[in-house]
Amino acid sequence: MSDLADLTISAAGVGLRSGEFSATDLLEAVHKRATMTEADLHAYLTIDRVGAAKAAVAAESAFRRGEDHGPLQGIPIALKDNMVTRAIETTASSKILAGWVPPYDATVVSRLKQAGSVIIGKTNLDEFAMGSSTENSAYGLTRNPWNPDTVPGGSSGGSAAAVAVGSALGSLGSDTGGSIRQPASFCGVVGVKPTYGLVSRYGLIAFASSLDQIGPFTRTVGDAALLLQAIAGHDPMDSTSYQGAIPDATSGLDAGVQGLRIGLITEMMGGEGYDPEVIAATRATVSKLENAGATVTEISMPSVDYALSAYYLIAPAECSANLARFDGVRYGLRVGGSTTEEMMANTRGEGFGPEVKRRILLGTYALSAGYYDAYYAQAQRVRTLVINDFNRAYETVDVLISPTAPTTAFKVGEKASDPLAMYLSDICTIPSNLSGHPGMSVPVGLDAAGLPIGVQILAPALGEPVMFRVAAEIERQAAFADRAVLATSAVPR
Amino acid sequence: MTYEAVIGIETHVELSTSSKMFCACPVDTDSEPNTNVCPVCLGLPGALPVMNEKAVEWAMMIGHGLNCEIVGHSVMSRKNYFYPDMPKNYQISQYDLPLCINGHLDIETDEGVRRVGVTRVHMEEDTGKSSHIGGDSGRIQDALYSLIDFNRAGTPLMEIVSEPDMRTPAEARAFVSELREIVLALGVSDAKLEDGSMRFDGNISMRPGGTEGFGVKVEIKNMNSMRSLQQALEYEIERQTELLVDGHEVVQETRHWNEGAGKTESMRSKEEAFDYRYFPEPDLVPLAVDEAWDRRVLAELPELPSQARSRFEDLGLDPEAAALVARGETGPLFAAAVEAGADPKSAANWLTGEVMAWTRRNNTDPAATPLTGKHIAQLSTMQGDGRLSASAAKEVLGWVLAGEGSPEEVAEARDLVQMSDAGELQGIVDYVLAENPEAVAKLAEGDEKVLGYLVGQVMKASGGKADPKLARELLAT
Ligand SMILES: [Zn+2]
Repeated sequence: MSDLADLTISAAGVGLRSGEFSATDLLEAVHKRATMTEADLHAYLTIDRVGAAKAAVAAESAFRRGEDHGPLQGIPIALKDNMVTRAIETTASSKILAGWVPPYDATVVSRLKQAGSVIIGKTNLDEFAMGSSTENSAYGLTRNPWNPDTVPGGSSGGSAAAVAVGSALGSLGSDTGGSIRQPASFCGVVGVKPTYGLVSRYGLIAFASSLDQIGPFTRTVGDAALLLQAIAGHDPMDSTSYQGAIPDATSGLDAGVQGLRIGLITEMMGGEGYDPEVIAATRATVSKLENAGATVTEISMPSVDYALSAYYLIAPAECSANLARFDGVRYGLRVGGSTTEEMMANTRGEGFGPEVKRRILLGTYALSAGYYDAYYAQAQRVRTLVINDFNRAYETVDVLISPTAPTTAFKVGEKASDPLAMYLSDICTIPSNLSGHPGMSVPVGLDAAGLPIGVQILAPALGEPVMFRVAAEIERQAAFADRAVLATSAVPR
Repeated sequence: MTYEAVIGIETHVELSTSSKMFCACPVDTDSEPNTNVCPVCLGLPGALPVMNEKAVEWAMMIGHGLNCEIVGHSVMSRKNYFYPDMPKNYQISQYDLPLCINGHLDIETDEGVRRVGVTRVHMEEDTGKSSHIGGDSGRIQDALYSLIDFNRAGTPLMEIVSEPDMRTPAEARAFVSELREIVLALGVSDAKLEDGSMRFDGNISMRPGGTEGFGVKVEIKNMNSMRSLQQALEYEIERQTELLVDGHEVVQETRHWNEGAGKTESMRSKEEAFDYRYFPEPDLVPLAVDEAWDRRVLAELPELPSQARSRFEDLGLDPEAAALVARGETGPLFAAAVEAGADPKSAANWLTGEVMAWTRRNNTDPAATPLTGKHIAQLSTMQGDGRLSASAAKEVLGWVLAGEGSPEEVAEARDLVQMSDAGELQGIVDYVLAENPEAVAKLAEGDEKVLGYLVGQVMKASGGKADPKLARELLAT
């Protein structure tokens, strides 16, 4: 391997343990890659060189002492900047949190540290995770490594781009309506939204609490399983975190799909807004699974047509409350005023970007007296229908498959002024956020323009083992992982 | 036409659990400002609430104390409004599915017992405390700047909502006072009105006497004592009645009780009322209380004031004395005194009389003094067998309350024990008889008046320690 930054997590683990290279060597390769690519891509908001160097040295001495905390020891990992990190500025890409240095670590951050991983820094996102292109960042947009004229997707665009380009071996994102899976698809990497409650949300700056879930970005399905196992598990600080035994995502990676029942979601296999190349790639993927011994059926899920509308009521409603705390009183930006109310209004007026304001207004309206039943309560009923549709589907199939997004990466600026067109980018991912079920995106090929296409695998609650089992087979059939390094060649070094 | 008041009361009680409602910070408002805080109760980005089970159990106890049904499936909700001392700018509270519903509380009124419905008891979190510096009113409007202490933020707070079943300010006061007794007996709060650990809002409307409908309702805030509750309601009855008699309408609004001016003032009208945009709190799962849990809580429920009162009546106290002594301050001491062998009537007299008077003078309460039930038993025994005179007993009690020891020890050390031994006193009697031959002669002639004089001489000769009753007996024979 010519460049350590192009290694997978598992390959790097082998090299670290054999003494072929040290954690510091690995970190330096990743830093070098970041230095080469950041000016063009802007995947990172903050790179913590000092903290990472210390963590790499600590991992090295742990190896020397014969201490092994598992597959992430010494591995450079990036974090989406909506996960709080003690002593590292955390802004969620918002002006309203400029300069805020949290006094505590999110649970996922503590777990990564305990596992011996090296936190490289904090990646760019759409402000407060609201967006699908990482253009809504107060600190400038992130570009797609495969073609810098296109967006990396969002909201976890920075985390996806960093992994694609090799300025991280793995990263964490958060997925509220597709914010891990859609950018994974756009950037040609693997992205996982686990079952709601599998990964603690403590320390994740909330967008929509009942939908938010943290998950990994990696270059391979196997790496994603390793990263997921390290962060999953009950957290007493998060009442919504799952208390039972954690399903082992790594358990079926080599099992193949012989005998598995796969459903193709009819409503997501074409129609307005769907790119025929994406549909064709999805069908080709399913055929390969069929050849590998799976049975495939088409399954109609009528409620998913209403999922987007329900999502754009529930998520804004929750965000309108979640973001109320940013008022200039205790932390972050404060813009003065002659009364407390004026100070709060001025702070929020200047501190929030237009998309955040749009969603706060939407949510406030949906919860208002006289409108609650027509909007919020109705959306919750649709949510129940979506859950019922999924549960019915999983009576007859083991996993569901669809495109991850209707299109490949779109041009920077293309949808920036048309929020509704932007919202449609998440039409395939949103239903599983409403149901709380797991989903992941696996790259399967490139379109004619040379941009990656991702296929989405959905599974029932805690169905991570079967979801990863199918994902691993898709990865083997597509042989895309070997091409992941192509991403780096698209960017001048 | 005469008008009748329709009054309902909302009471907030801060629980004195060891930790806050949704985090592990201690409930302790006496510490330096902003020292009992963490990411959760400061509302830092990313922090999440976790329910304090003890607070839920204590809320269930209050529910049982008020004869409520405990709801098996209840839900926390977010109540949204902006206020600088509320860290998240929403309060985690309960809305359509509270923990306790359909209770009642019986209160004594001039017309006998009145049953006041308790609509609901629900759980929520308290806010921080603002101090507004540099203004005349102490309110935020004219302050130069404000300081916020978040030590109180997240303290478990119970809201108890009554039905509009009260008809007079005195009934409202009786309701709040009985509610306070229950909270104290349950031991779930110190329920101090002056510290705000118990506070209440009232709503009041007027209707023509004898009718059943409801008039326009006015909500009253800032009533910080039982007295101000009664005064504010009396003021409102007068104000609203006057309006109605003059043919005007009462405006639906929230009014602020101005203690200094002795009147209520308009705060905000119905149109300016907040829209709290309640919705279920997605960070907390619904609260499931099963029968087993409820039974466990019920089994640990302490004696309620009404139960204590009837038990004390069974011990021979009349209803008034039983009600007086059953109060939170004295109830436990009384029970302990009777347990230690005190005569119930004498123990009740001591507690509701001298003990309460002394603690009020010294600005404390009986539980904070070294006084024990055993002390009271000893005191009443010593008075009963004549070793302490009434005045000496009072003096002894004062020293006991001040921490000088048991009644026996104090009486001994301060030489207050009466000469109640006939043999010991006989010598003094003989001496007085020998010194007063004239009086003795008159006594022999049947002049009973001199007996008083002679008793006085015995008291003087004994330095005040003689038992006057015994002295009289000895002189007469
Ligand atoms: Zn706290």
